[in-house]
Amino acid sequence: MNIHEFQAKQLLAKFGVPVSRGIACKTADEVGKAFTTLGEPLAVVKVQIHAGGRGKAGGVKLVRSADEARKVAAGLLGKALVTHQTGPEGRVVQTIYVEAGSDIAREMYLAVVMDRGAQAPVVIAAAEGGMDIEELAAHKPQAIARHRVHPIKGLLGFQARALTKHLGLAGDQAKAGAKLISSLVKAFMELDCSLAEINPMIVTKQGEVKALDAKMSFDDNALFRHKEVAELRDVNEEDPKEVEAKKFDLNYIALSGNIGCMVNGAGLAMATMDVIQLKGGMPANFLDVGGGANKQQVTNAFKILLSDKNVKGILVNIFGGIMKCDTIAEGVIAAAKETRLSVPLVVRLEGTNVELGRKLLQESGLNLQTATSLDEAAEKIVAAIR
Amino acid sequence: MSVLVDGNTRILCQGFTGEAGLFHSKNSLAYGTKVVAGVTPGKGGQTIEGVPVFDTVREAKQATGATVSMVYVPAAFTADAICEGVDAGLDLVVTITEGIPVADMAFVKDFAKGSKTRLIGPNCPGIITPVTDKTGCKIGIMPAYIHRPGRVGIVSRSGTLTYEAVWQVTSVGMGQSTCIGIGGDPIKGLDFIDCLQLFQDDPGTDGIIMIGEIGGTAEEEACEFLRGYVKKPVVGFIAGATAPPGKRMGHAGAIISGGKGTAKDKKAAMQKAGVHVCDTPSVLGATMKKVLGR
Repeated sequence: MNIHEFQAKQLLAKFGVPVSRGIACKTADEVGKAFTTLGEPLAVVKVQIHAGGRGKAGGVKLVRSADEARKVAAGLLGKALVTHQTGPEGRVVQTIYVEAGSDIAREMYLAVVMDRGAQAPVVIAAAEGGMDIEELAAHKPQAIARHRVHPIKGLLGFQARALTKHLGLAGDQAKAGAKLISSLVKAFMELDCSLAEINPMIVTKQGEVKALDAKMSFDDNALFRHKEVAELRDVNEEDPKEVEAKKFDLNYIALSGNIGCMVNGAGLAMATMDVIQLKGGMPANFLDVGGGANKQQVTNAFKILLSDKNVKGILVNIFGGIMKCDTIAEGVIAAAKETRLSVPLVVRLEGTNVELGRKLLQESGLNLQTATSLDEAAEKIVAAIR
Repeated sequence: MSVLVDGNTRILCQGFTGEAGLFHSKNSLAYGTKVVAGVTPGKGGQTIEGVPVFDTVREAKQATGATVSMVYVPAAFTADAICEGVDAGLDLVVTITEGIPVADMAFVKDFAKGSKTRLIGPNCPGIITPVTDKTGCKIGIMPAYIHRPGRVGIVSRSGTLTYEAVWQVTSVGMGQSTCIGIGGDPIKGLDFIDCLQLFQDDPGTDGIIMIGEIGGTAEEEACEFLRGYVKKPVVGFIAGATAPPGKRMGHAGAIISGGKGTAKDKKAAMQKAGVHVCDTPSVLGATMKKVLGR
């Protein structure tokens, strides 16, 4: 789960990460008032969307008066901002964060990620900030310092010192930097983050070390023990079909093609998408109905697939294990009838009670095709929508 | 022959009295698996389905000689359960439960360091060694009947995609030595390299099917290992060639991020290591048959 910059800063501030003063606003008038409340000669108006590249896309602007702040906000709120991470449709701006401006002397990069290789959190730091860390990693890997965090003990003192040294901080700034890094790691561990990134981390002309931007992602599996984090979820940032699917415990991800897929198991679902493309089609989604899906789940899944107006045909691929094929067949038939299915449907069933399942489908009177292998199923659905 | 478990392996089930634990333990028993003990704290002293229940793993191990645990404990308590199995000195702990926080697994891996216990999972179908067409050692949630004893070892990050491979191997008239589902989480027990080594060292395995997916670099690392160590033919597939970057494809580990973990890179690594790479999982069985000349 992702959260907004202002939410991340509020959380991080509680752990001792220094951030600028700021106010989250929903309307242009609120933005104007926020400028006055902050009482600084310079403030930054920042759109709050779950995507990077806001600055380059015009979503971050410096303002010098309440009136200017209001006007800038009016031009951003309610409109879609397109960045390199949003896709061509962009994200509609619903919240603006107004923050006191900073005199930036230096920018640096700092992040904590859960790392597979290290089997623990890893701190990543670079003395050059505000740039694409992935590009830096590819072209100048020695510029990036990496320290494995002990999964129980956390970041050790010498690691924080080594990191500040790498960042080129000295004296009081080194102490402040070490405190910031340790605070970030503490927040990461206590809140079960998968990513906590400060890009850039800055030194101001007055010598302060602080987080100018902040991005946090959380382990969905651990949200049960962080109610305060779970409440920060913003469904406006998610695909409505994905939100709907989550309610039914279905794992759905919208894609840009026109063949709706319903599969059990994540690996098989990905493989089904792959084979559809191999056969010349484009999947409209990833949908894993899970290992124990029942008739109702199948019906819900069908409704979600059909709510995507791009869907021109549906491929059902189920390898029944715990889930019996006749149950799936019953679900498919009920769903097709209930939704008055009008697009081509190809069903491939394998596994427990497969004969019974196929028989039910054939006798259903529905206009559907069956297939015995995944390749055959993909070929049939691709042909059917041509 | 087989790896890790065979028809004589004695199993205990943690979370035995829960819905999932009991359901799958019954299926394991029906397949002839020696499920000799159940463990549920506070429920010790009962006997369910002819299996004695204990409060702790240590008691269960002492009383029954169980050496392997299968874990169906709910996600919030799974890390604790795995550590109990490690502390009791079991040989193998197989965790089926999905949805375990990544930080919990990081803790478990740290706890288990230096112990003799091997871990499989979490979020995996488990491990199975078919002994006859109808019996064997089944530790997990896979449908038993698709398996058949034979000489193909299977290792996979996916669940149902593993069944697909198993079913094809069976359908083309071959069978499996052992099938290991290592699970789709980013931090887990045995990885590809461990399983490839086990299969290479097993005289009962002639060929290996390896099924990977997008995310991480475990497949690439496994291919490095393959080149130096594995002499047996390997047939491979990578799921997720069409997955967009930044989207988590169901499994906690299946995500392309920072340009890493793409199917293209993984397939290229496989090809470089001499793996017979399949573009569709539908030909895994036929390819293995051809490669083994059967």
